[in-house]
Amino acid sequence: MTALSAPAPAAPPAETAPRRAPSLEALGMTKVFGGLVALDDVSLAVPAGTVHALLGENGAGKSTLVKCIMGFYRQDRGDVLLDGTATAIRSPRDAQGAGIGMVYQHFTLVPSLTAAENLVVARADAPSVIDWAAEKAKLAEFMARMPFQVPLDIPVADLSAGEKQKLEILKLLALDQRFLILDEPTSVLTPDEADEVLGLLGAMARRGEFTVLMITHKFREVSAYADDVTVLRRGKRAGGGATAALSVEDMSRLMIGETTIRERAARAPVGEGTVLELAGLFADNPDGSRAFAEISLKVKGGEIVGIAGVSGNGQSALVEALAGQRPLADGRIFIRDEPFEPTRENYHKYKVFGLPEEPLKNAAVPRMSVAENIAFRSFDRPPIASLGWWLSPGPMREKARDLIARYRVKTPSPDTPIEHLSGGNVQRAILARELSGDVDVLVVANPCFGLDFASVSEIRSQILEARNRGAAVLLVSEDLDEILELADRVAVMSEGKIAYVAPVGETDRNTIGKHMAGHGAGHAAAGGQR
Amino acid sequence: MAETAAAIPKSAPRARAAGPRLGPAAEVVCIVALALIASAILFSLFLLVIGASPITFFQLVWLGGFGTAFSFQNTLQRAAPLILTGLAFAIPARIGLTMIGAEGALVIGGFASAAIAIPLVTSGAPPVLTLAIMASAAMIAGGLWTALAGWLRHARGVNETISSLLLTYIAIAIMFFFVEGALRDPGSANRPSTLPIGRETMIGDIPGTSVHWGLLVGIALAGALWVLMSRTTFGFAARLTGGNPRAALAQGLPVGTLIVACAAIAGACAGLAGFFEVAAVHGQANAALVAGYGFTGILVAFLARQNPLAVVPVAILFGALAAAGGLVQRRMDLPDASVLVLQGIIFVVLLASETLYGRAKIFRPAEEGR
Repeated sequence: MTALSAPAPAAPPAETAPRRAPSLEALGMTKVFGGLVALDDVSLAVPAGTVHALLGENGAGKSTLVKCIMGFYRQDRGDVLLDGTATAIRSPRDAQGAGIGMVYQHFTLVPSLTAAENLVVARADAPSVIDWAAEKAKLAEFMARMPFQVPLDIPVADLSAGEKQKLEILKLLALDQRFLILDEPTSVLTPDEADEVLGLLGAMARRGEFTVLMITHKFREVSAYADDVTVLRRGKRAGGGATAALSVEDMSRLMIGETTIRERAARAPVGEGTVLELAGLFADNPDGSRAFAEISLKVKGGEIVGIAGVSGNGQSALVEALAGQRPLADGRIFIRDEPFEPTRENYHKYKVFGLPEEPLKNAAVPRMSVAENIAFRSFDRPPIASLGWWLSPGPMREKARDLIARYRVKTPSPDTPIEHLSGGNVQRAILARELSGDVDVLVVANPCFGLDFASVSEIRSQILEARNRGAAVLLVSEDLDEILELADRVAVMSEGKIAYVAPVGETDRNTIGKHMAGHGAGHAAAGGQR
Repeated sequence: MAETAAAIPKSAPRARAAGPRLGPAAEVVCIVALALIASAILFSLFLLVIGASPITFFQLVWLGGFGTAFSFQNTLQRAAPLILTGLAFAIPARIGLTMIGAEGALVIGGFASAAIAIPLVTSGAPPVLTLAIMASAAMIAGGLWTALAGWLRHARGVNETISSLLLTYIAIAIMFFFVEGALRDPGSANRPSTLPIGRETMIGDIPGTSVHWGLLVGIALAGALWVLMSRTTFGFAARLTGGNPRAALAQGLPVGTLIVACAAIAGACAGLAGFFEVAAVHGQANAALVAGYGFTGILVAFLARQNPLAVVPVAILFGALAAAGGLVQRRMDLPDASVLVLQGIIFVVLLASETLYGRAKIFRPAEEGR
């Protein structure tokens, strides 16, 4: 947190006097898509110089509201008041003109350009021929007024995630935007980086430099860094107020309403023998760089080993290697002491199953029907296949009907292409396929990304039940809370290597966070990105 | 999640009351029909610009393609190789390959069958045996030819579209190398050719018609390949791989084998077309094999949306266009390439119509919410 003690901003020169933090009010915002009311008469007020959190499940209308404010959508009813004056924002360009800027969940920087170049090209009025000497002088002067610094002369690709996030914020400030909308700003940061960035933003807001509206689903961040909170549920304002007056329980009740969350099963004791062993695994990226190295782990039956780490530290490459999507450069996988190759025969023989991240991309064929997608594991075995090659659609549909009912997949029919289903229902269909049989080894990657509360709870219960039935589970997740909740042991991946392993009972969030950040604290740009 | 659904307020209906909904098959038919109509309109404009009557043109196409028993048989005669080359594009397309090398596989297959026939014919082998060996040689040669493109794709990451196209030129060059050299029949003075297989060995016509047996073989093969792709584990695995190679790998499927196999099936189909060109039409291998059937097959498969069964009627449609070319030329004094202009327009419009899929709400099942 050294940056916090940086000198207070100098008095700005008169001609570039920055705008002050504005207040923003949205009144009676309503937006209808086709037959779906995405936003129903939602109002919120963000006083100048405060941090306001917008809380809600996926699909609650948070992004719709923000996109209306940013001018990506036109609301059907409702007004946006900036400093008390109704302001018509018809396009993102209008929003920029009005001083409203947004930091998106995923970086919008150009990786091959330096920070300085990114800041200059972001300007709407960037000239065709850029006088770099003059621009750099201006930028240096601008940076001197900022409480946090980012190295300006190295390509953005070499910055750490925290530095990129800071640069995104600096970009908005350089454009003199004083109402900042942040969409899940900490999803790509380590806990320490998140604390640092949010702490700085809070301090700057309180000094009246800007006003912040922050979309999030992390209660911890809301309680620690936001002044006020608005909770949305199914397109409506469910409640809100000063965060000081709301407990986490209050907020969570507002957020999920009366939905009953499935009770988590009790934990059975961890089994004795090692089921899955990764012995010195190495793999490369397509460009030849190393994706991960020296990965050695043992997972017992009835045990969940969670692999934590900031996105892009080799975890997704590891999952690909275990799923047969990426060849190993070296090392061996053993299941019950026998060497394992990722072939269809072996998946069946050793009962290896997987729930990869982004199921539509990794585990499903979007254009094939739900029934066909559910049959991926069983299409070449009786009763669906006879004689080893003849396919009978009847038994396939029958099995799908059964699993659709048991796993409560909402689909018009088993013959609907799976791409027409919502994310939670796709994930449930894949879950039905992978978990309905006898599971010995389960590899799970970010299983709950982007899903609503009820689905998340359902999926976590299913994983835990598979563990209790004796499966060895390897859970790769970017959500530390998920790992702390589910795992028996936690391993941290940083820069393609396992940096730390400990039983969950003997470690804590801070220790894990430090190892996630790596020894160099930053520059976590090793392989794994595609 | 029944609780969630029940708790949705009345003011937020999840979907509009279900109106009449049509299935995805209807969407395909409608969009393809629309594309054909748009192409006809564009081509009519082209005809008007060059001062010809669109009405006369389409009347002549009907007359020359379907109007009389003679012209319909002419149409079917030309459709036979198009069915096979259409399949040669459609099957690899199901596994995600864009293979445009059917022309090369047809040429190499036709040449292989004519070459292997030379010793058989000169030694007086029975015609049935000769034809069986010729057909096998054509399918094996064509199959290996395109399997090479499939293998390059899988093992070395070579773009199969480019490699199959370039292999076509190599195949044509190989045929000319032998036909004008070692295997040239001294009797073919003006037009270098292999030794004719002779009247008695050539495949005759389907009784009562002037259409050779290639048509029925093509239709039977289209049916067989439809069964292969939709009713067997091989077809299921191929469609899975074509729809999402990453998911196929995660299922432990032998992706490389599947890709090479589909490519080989494609080449075998095209090679068979080459065999019929030699054994039923020309009686020998020569430059006439390079007639563009392989490339028109791409268009046929596109219009059929890669469905093996739909390839048959579409091939007949294009056979009719080709059959009408001569009549159009004689009656309207248009170059017979004007039919190729129509084909080109259809292709471009079809490609453009790809963007229409999923747009019209009427073809979609009821919305699921978000």
